[in-house]
Amino acid sequence: MMFKLSSTILKDIRILFRDKLGLIFMFIMPIILAIVITAVQNSTFEILNTNTVPTLLCNRDTGEAGKQMELAINKVGMFNLKQVTPNISEKEIANRMHAKDAVVAIVIPSNFTQKLKQKSEETAKKALKNFGMSIDSMHVTDNDSVQPVTVFYHPVLQESFRRSIQGALKSSLQMVQNREVLKSLYFSLNETALPDSLENELMNNQLAINEIPISRDGSRNIPNATQHNIPAWTIFAMFFVVISLGSSVVREKLNGSFVRLKTLPTNYLIALISKQLTYLLVTFIQALVIFSIGIWLFPFMGLPRLNIPTDIAGVIIVTLICGWCAVSYAIMIGVFAKTQEQANGIGAVSIVLMAAVGGLLVPSFAMPSSFQYILKASPLHWCLQSYYGLFLEGGKLRDVILNILPLLGITLLIQLITLYGLKRKNLI
Amino acid sequence: MSNAAVSINHLGFTYPGQSSSCFSNLSLTVQEGERFGLFGPNGAGKTTLMHCMTGLLSYQQGSIKLLGYEIANHKKSVNKLFGYVPQDFSFYQELSPAENLAFFGAWAGLQKNEIKNKTTELLEVLGLADVRNKRVEQFSGGMKRRVNLAIGVMHNPRVLFLDEPTVGVDVHTRHAIINYLIKLNEEGGTTLIYTSHQLAEAEELCNKVALIDDGRIIAHDTLQQLVADYKEEGLEGLFINLTGKSFRDS
Repeated sequence: MMFKLSSTILKDIRILFRDKLGLIFMFIMPIILAIVITAVQNSTFEILNTNTVPTLLCNRDTGEAGKQMELAINKVGMFNLKQVTPNISEKEIANRMHAKDAVVAIVIPSNFTQKLKQKSEETAKKALKNFGMSIDSMHVTDNDSVQPVTVFYHPVLQESFRRSIQGALKSSLQMVQNREVLKSLYFSLNETALPDSLENELMNNQLAINEIPISRDGSRNIPNATQHNIPAWTIFAMFFVVISLGSSVVREKLNGSFVRLKTLPTNYLIALISKQLTYLLVTFIQALVIFSIGIWLFPFMGLPRLNIPTDIAGVIIVTLICGWCAVSYAIMIGVFAKTQEQANGIGAVSIVLMAAVGGLLVPSFAMPSSFQYILKASPLHWCLQSYYGLFLEGGKLRDVILNILPLLGITLLIQLITLYGLKRKNLI
Repeated sequence: MSNAAVSINHLGFTYPGQSSSCFSNLSLTVQEGERFGLFGPNGAGKTTLMHCMTGLLSYQQGSIKLLGYEIANHKKSVNKLFGYVPQDFSFYQELSPAENLAFFGAWAGLQKNEIKNKTTELLEVLGLADVRNKRVEQFSGGMKRRVNLAIGVMHNPRVLFLDEPTVGVDVHTRHAIINYLIKLNEEGGTTLIYTSHQLAEAEELCNKVALIDDGRIIAHDTLQQLVADYKEEGLEGLFINLTGKSFRDS
């Protein structure tokens, strides 16, 4: 029995190592994916936090509020500002943006200070009236509204970027507006200008936000793109063994090896066990390689280093269970597919779909409520949740057991479907 | 009286989902030590009958005994007793002949040393010793046929089923294969059960033949006796006499 199994494993390993395309799909492609996507997500993160967005600033206002607005935008630190002349036309702005001079252009309207001042005075008067204070000169008038600050953006900018930029500009505008309202209020009450020292003290006295990632092990490591992407793309890589393994099962069926094996005095389950053990080893090596790249290669590439969880045994067990599920799925596809093309096509597309549904491409919490049930059927979801429990939350194996159990359930179901398929096709 | 290598009694078989049966009440006996040829037009049921005899298909009626064992009841234990050489190249083309023989030898129940010795012997006899470590995918059709045959006889089976073992090979390879099979039968006592459309080759190899048509055995005897009975000069004339001249594969 052991000799038959070891001979079968040896045969499977030999075939595997001679399948160059399969090896590329299993090792090179996920490594490239992990590097590229982590690098892209990391640069997105850095654009919003470290790097700056190339921006044209056209201040058509000659007053104080326009200058304050410029200062506030500068202070955000998100923009690499290039001043342009106030008389530049919208067409010229568009041309410069098409020439990739900038991806955003901010235009402060010409009467910004005057209108903002009027608006602030009205706001101050309304406020004082509401406070029950009566001032002789108080006369609330309805002035024209302040013309909006206009933002032009290049269509390459994604929705999430635009929202970040809009948020930053709104915050700047709020600062300028608040300053003006404050000045008006002070003047209405004291009939003197707001002293600079008090203005600065009031305006710069914002409360800070303290960001703390929650973790089970008490560590305060801020999750980065690597920590999110490496586990996700490792799972993706594991499931992509379908290209090699699914095809291998189909080839055996088509070239008659299955038929010959059936006439020999050995149960086909030996072949199934051998394939599972061989490819489980492959998935484990995939995880080792991708994790190693995250730990040792990423820092050299300017990407954040992967922090391995403290519960190494937990990582190994989760990796083996994820790998077993991936291998079972690949065999099932191979058993039911009629041609190699079918196995490759159905295998690859279904994995991308399960990855999308499972939260590998978009976080599961961001999915529509109807998907909250569907995603639970994706084994990749449970794989990802188990890894995230260890890599992001600093948990131990016992903390992710509730993610492992459904994964094991799905794996056993896949195994049963495979056995049914083999039986139905008279292969066992 | 010699023992039956294969004894088929009142066999009934219908493919799942089909209304008409392939065989109904088919009976046939092949004695141990015979070189038995099963011939018939395309679609006559040769391969189906061979699959029933090797346990690849489960029949619904009657019985098939191989060396006294009912196939339906002793599938895996009976499998040690026979070898099967399918029409397709049923092995791993990514592997070398030696690697294929090592794997299929283990599955046939041989031990490491037996596999080593038998591999050397077979590759030598079948002219594959020089390419023992080359991948089969680089081989010619004739070499692949010899690998296919080597795997089937690896475990010294008492009965060897051969489904068109020489299809698509050149004269040299055909002679080599036929001579090897005759030697296997004469020296080792292996019973050969063979199907082919190469009737001249069959005349050289077989000492007993049966003609099957439309799921029925229409003639079964020694070639000499059948030729004499039907007053034909050879197997080809006998074949056309009994099965007609019209196409049978539509």
